[in-house]
Amino acid sequence: MNYFPDEVLEHVFDFITSHKDRNSVSLVCKSWYKIERYSRQRVFIGNCYSISPERLIARFPGLKSLTLKGKPHFADFNLVPHDWGGFVYPWIEALAKSRIGLEELRLKRMVVSDESLELLSKSFVNFKSLVLVSCEGFTTDGLAAIAANCRFLRELDLQENEVDDHRGHWLSCFPESCTSLISLNFACLRGEVNLGALERLVSRSPNLKSLRLNRAVPLDTLQKLLMRAPQLVDLGIGSYVHDPFSEAYNKLKIAIQRCKSIRSLSGFLEVAPHCMSAIYPICGNLTFLNLSYAPGLHGNKLMKLIQHCRKLQRLWILDCIGDKGLGVVALTCKELQELRVFPSDPFEAGNAAVTEEGLVLVSAGCTKLNSLLYFCQQMTNAALITVAKNCPNFIRFRLCILDPIKPDPVTNQPLDEGFGAIVQSCKGLKRLSLSGLLTDQVFLYIGMYAEQLEMLSIAFAADSDKGMLYVLNGCKKLRKLEIRDCPFGDSALLEDVGKYETMRSLWMSSCEVTLGGCKSVAEKMPTLNVEIIDESEQMEFNLDDKQKVDKMYLYRTLVGHRKDAPEYVWIL
Amino acid sequence: MAFEKDLNLDATELRLGLPGTSDESAKNQTPATLRSNNKRALPEESMSSNATASKNCDQETAPLPKAQVIGWPPIRSYRKNNLQPKKSEGEISGIYVKVSMDGAPYLRKIDLKVFKGYQELLKALEDMFKFKAGEYSEREGYNGSEFVPTYEDKDGDWMLVGDVPWEMFTNSCKKLRIMKGSEARGLGCVV
Repeated sequence: MNYFPDEVLEHVFDFITSHKDRNSVSLVCKSWYKIERYSRQRVFIGNCYSISPERLIARFPGLKSLTLKGKPHFADFNLVPHDWGGFVYPWIEALAKSRIGLEELRLKRMVVSDESLELLSKSFVNFKSLVLVSCEGFTTDGLAAIAANCRFLRELDLQENEVDDHRGHWLSCFPESCTSLISLNFACLRGEVNLGALERLVSRSPNLKSLRLNRAVPLDTLQKLLMRAPQLVDLGIGSYVHDPFSEAYNKLKIAIQRCKSIRSLSGFLEVAPHCMSAIYPICGNLTFLNLSYAPGLHGNKLMKLIQHCRKLQRLWILDCIGDKGLGVVALTCKELQELRVFPSDPFEAGNAAVTEEGLVLVSAGCTKLNSLLYFCQQMTNAALITVAKNCPNFIRFRLCILDPIKPDPVTNQPLDEGFGAIVQSCKGLKRLSLSGLLTDQVFLYIGMYAEQLEMLSIAFAADSDKGMLYVLNGCKKLRKLEIRDCPFGDSALLEDVGKYETMRSLWMSSCEVTLGGCKSVAEKMPTLNVEIIDESEQMEFNLDDKQKVDKMYLYRTLVGHRKDAPEYVWIL
Repeated sequence: MAFEKDLNLDATELRLGLPGTSDESAKNQTPATLRSNNKRALPEESMSSNATASKNCDQETAPLPKAQVIGWPPIRSYRKNNLQPKKSEGEISGIYVKVSMDGAPYLRKIDLKVFKGYQELLKALEDMFKFKAGEYSEREGYNGSEFVPTYEDKDGDWMLVGDVPWEMFTNSCKKLRIMKGSEARGLGCVV
């Protein structure tokens, strides 16, 4: 291959798009490294502290698209204090100073300030796409800057962010000349939007394919928007509350029937369930349906809706669908690949309406199922064994029994055998989350069978260090391990510290690891940052090595200790 | 409500009794005792409580007190903060009121629950009965039309639609009547 001129190799590399493959290509030889780095346009950084923006810019001068992830996954569940880190500003600042022509920025679990959004909007002439998932720190003022300054904006996608809504006119800030929008998702905003501005924006965006509205957009406006954008492929309905005898509803029926391209439907943030029949005409084409924020839709109305959705591949739903409703899914949605069942009552765990029965029904009816997130009241080993037999293709299997240490209610046994069956049967399993009563045995199974496992989440499980050791020794492809409230201590942590360099990160909270153990890891592995997060001020006054550590987060890095850690984070 | 749970008010509450003991349930355990309980102790506890199932326990040991466990169940805080609680059956049934218009041969019924405010209600009434209501102002009522929307409140009085806050209106409105012509002038409408 060294006989080919660089241009040919570059052309060949153009066809290699996956990050993993491009990383591999760059390792072949110096010449390939050089060609690859100059031609690389898209970079994914799973942990923003593993590398610095300066080094990124130096290596990939042709960078156009950057994906960054900040806080560890358990930050989603309030286990990481707010100002722990994950600030995007330094990245944007560095990119702005360089000659990088950034076009796309995708952030997850990062702190994004209005200043960063403003700087972003003014620094890159060709900026096209901003995707923010589970981020925080910005207000609608920041969005106004993006709208006003990014002249060729194609995508503004806000997913589940905590945004301080100033009820401003950010939508009105899109200039009349902006006609390039392909995707606009502001479902997570809580405040009112200028409906007139929204209608005009949609009217002048002929390429708009994806539109997700927030709660403040009433049905009347929805109807007008659909009349102007019948080419939509992805629709998120804000408010779906109306009088079934009103003219607005009749107009909506007509408008929806014109939208023959809609394949993905979500929202229904407010819903009057007796008026779902207007939606039926588009149900037959849907491949993705997300009703996980629509608790008003349940019972017969919900089942009737689902019965129209024969082509569904992904379904996100609340547990008020019940086992019976899941039975309807099993009969109707033969193409189903991904199912997520969320709790409709996030605070009162005792009221989940789905059990192992619903899951078994779906596994029997939907044999293409490969991705599951299931919050349920209870689970049995027998059910899991059946599911494992019915669906050997699971890539992602996340089970959350709302009582985290509940045994099999029929046999009173731990769920080791059930999960064991899953990992044995599903040879391609990449992600697994466990719950229920579990002993060391389940980890023996995981270590033995889960050869492709990349991410494992454990809570309130195991009896001893053996559990963690089985996993660390067995799962060769493990990248992320997150553990809370398990009896794993220093001997498990220290058994094979080299392993952590092959992983992105390890999180352990409320376990038995001590300060001394953590220090030991840090000493032996200078390429890891070992962070102790302790807000209780214990660390200030009592630096006894035998002291148990509340939260430890360690991750591999090429750039040493970060400088932006708050007071209660100690980097050893 | 979510905020209170995060503050863990129960844990800082002063009460008599040893930490870890409870009144009816284990709900009053502090996070600290929770942590020391929930490692190896809990699996054993729940297994032994199964073995002695017939014995009367004053303490609920098997399930973890759900409200107290930080970060459990593992649901994104965005979802926790934004999921509207399921409406009770009563709310779903709606507030149906009769609507009459002077001169119309029969009455209609509408569900006040489906509207967010006066604007939407008036638009719906206008569509239903094919009329225009005119501009509302606090001082002069409805201006520019011979049709005036009124309602009968809980006290039996006929009131002008639009004077009180929306929620107060939906709670007190018993029926609607769209007055027309000379009768309407009595309510302060200037044609």
